[in-house]
Amino acid sequence: MAYVAVKGGERAIEAAHAWLAEERRGDPALPELSLAQIEAQLGLAVDRVMAEGACHDRGLAALAIKQARGDLIEAAFLLRAYRTTLPRFGASLPVETEAMRVRRRISATYKELPGGQVLGPTFDYTHRLLDFALAAEGGVPASAPEAPAGELSMPRVTGLLAQEGLMAPEQPSEAEPRDLTREPLDFPAERPLRLQALARGDEGFLLSLGYSTQRGYGNAHPFVGEIRMGAVMVEFEPPELGFPIDLGEITVTECQMVNQFAGSKTEPPQFTRGYGLVFGQGERKAMTMALVDRALRAAELGEPVEAPAQDQEFVLYHCDNVEATGFVEHLKLPHYVDFQSELEKIRLLRREAGGE
Amino acid sequence: MSGLTPGFADPVPDAQAWFRALLEAMARPGRIQRVAALPQAPAPLAPAAAAVLLTLADAETPVWMDAGPGAEEWLRFHAGCPLVAEPGAAGFLLAAGAMPELAALDAGTEEEPHRSATLILQVAGLETGRGWRLTGPGIGTEHRLSVEGLPGGFLAAWAANGRRFPRGIDLVLCAGDRLAALPRTTRIEGAG
Amino acid sequence: MMMQAARRRWMGVLARADADAIAARLAEAPALPRHVRLRGPETGLVMTRGRQGGDGAPFNLGEMTVTRCSVRLADGPVGHAYVAGRDARQAELAAVIDAALQDPARHKALLAVVIEPLAEAQAARAAREAAKAAATRVEFFTMATMR
Repeated sequence: MAYVAVKGGERAIEAAHAWLAEERRGDPALPELSLAQIEAQLGLAVDRVMAEGACHDRGLAALAIKQARGDLIEAAFLLRAYRTTLPRFGASLPVETEAMRVRRRISATYKELPGGQVLGPTFDYTHRLLDFALAAEGGVPASAPEAPAGELSMPRVTGLLAQEGLMAPEQPSEAEPRDLTREPLDFPAERPLRLQALARGDEGFLLSLGYSTQRGYGNAHPFVGEIRMGAVMVEFEPPELGFPIDLGEITVTECQMVNQFAGSKTEPPQFTRGYGLVFGQGERKAMTMALVDRALRAAELGEPVEAPAQDQEFVLYHCDNVEATGFVEHLKLPHYVDFQSELEKIRLLRREAGGE
Repeated sequence: MSGLTPGFADPVPDAQAWFRALLEAMARPGRIQRVAALPQAPAPLAPAAAAVLLTLADAETPVWMDAGPGAEEWLRFHAGCPLVAEPGAAGFLLAAGAMPELAALDAGTEEEPHRSATLILQVAGLETGRGWRLTGPGIGTEHRLSVEGLPGGFLAAWAANGRRFPRGIDLVLCAGDRLAALPRTTRIEGAG
Repeated sequence: MMMQAARRRWMGVLARADADAIAARLAEAPALPRHVRLRGPETGLVMTRGRQGGDGAPFNLGEMTVTRCSVRLADGPVGHAYVAGRDARQAELAAVIDAALQDPARHKALLAVVIEPLAEAQAARAAREAAKAAATRVEFFTMATMR
């Protein structure tokens, strides 16, 4: 008897929805925000909603942001709910991030590397001073400079280490990964399932967990081997064609964290990697995902599992902000009967303690 | 590929109408259901059987069928479902020819009896008001259904299927544009 | 196999072009016969996959919206399209052009008037972006020379 159906709120709810719509629009004397404006000018919010909503569609994410009045968790929730109405055509081939059309690519482990350090459109090196010129509006910035690009390939930094035998290689595999959208989590969760959960996990939660591994909760000595952001081709093989075709390009951000590994009975001392990959331009998310991925590999690498970030159940059950917000926010729903029984109990205990 | 025909004319409403008809058929065993929206299915698929497949099958439901390559290509194209060679591996089965042995199909588990197979069987004719006497859940006292073109051992196989409850196979009978369902709980007496 | 590689290419070019750009090119090409829709256009999802560590076992990154369409031209060939996003018009135009490009009588003109200009525009956009990225490439110099 946790919940009781209560009638009589319809008119109040309708009025609340009408007021919400009015508040969403704000002052009608101001021009209304278009989805194209949100997509173009709040692009990183759009990217975050796509990542945490686990659905790549910039227009839908922009709509969700507009509807949610900029509440990004509510927007991710809306996007997740919408995607359940669409049929699934199948799964893509794994995207080839090595063949990315790179807009940004940096390494903190090698200064000089094939393909070079490409800064791209980054907040790094900005002074973090509020720019009041943006408040003035009306200005179109000068177009960014261009330089001859040449035909540069950008091999992975992890590949360079692997060539020397200093990086634990990934085992080649085409195993069909389990899918969180089709079956609930169970434990132990293998790495592909963990990565799916982390890729759609809450950026704030993962950021704090990643930070905790740096501050000593978990034995991490991470270096950014490489971050790259740019366009990758998504390929799909329709059964009626029997060969893969391009669906189009999407922007993703990838982070390879390089971590020291002391070695074990069977493995020599070497570097291991934590991996992050997210929809859109989401560098902080990709980095924290890579930190937490590496922390979660503790058990399989024979390291002690002591810190929160190394605990699969703790991390994977709590990283999803749509699930978390659902359970936290349900506390607002009527618990009248629940609470009545608690009241009775407290009164009884007090009477007993009072020694009548 | 060049022989392909369209599926439902209006996929979402048409599939919803057929889904509603299937619910009705399962809830009221032996009563005949018809829906006007029929797909342009290749022979030997009967229109109702084809509509049921389009409504139920998708990329996550393995389907077994014996209707030949044209029908297979059509179904795979419109429903995107995997086709399996082994009847026991299928979630849905379409039998246009000989009925597969019921005992060999996936009857679900004691814990999850709903994960069992549904057999869609094309028959020559379906008529109410005469024939079998059906009883069980969804039937007030009794309901009469006559089915033309079932194999000889059907009644014994159906009785055996019922004894496995809660496990068991559900059956959808299709003749032309008509369908009737026999869920595993329906008991059959008399001659069809 | 030659045919398959060529078809893969034109389907990719059409998937990366928007409906207005395709329609504008198509308006310059000889008129196409009528077509019937075999399936769609309909929007659904494709689960996008990555690889752990970039080159290991596949994992599910998240879904993306995809719109597909299959058509048959009045005189025979069947065309397919699967394009990222929710643009039904783009998917249907792409399927019609895919069907027409398989017809030897129409192939050459369509390739020249529709596909090649779209491919060139896409390559130009990619080159411009690569040039902007190149301008942000760091040119290190050693402090020793500045002593």
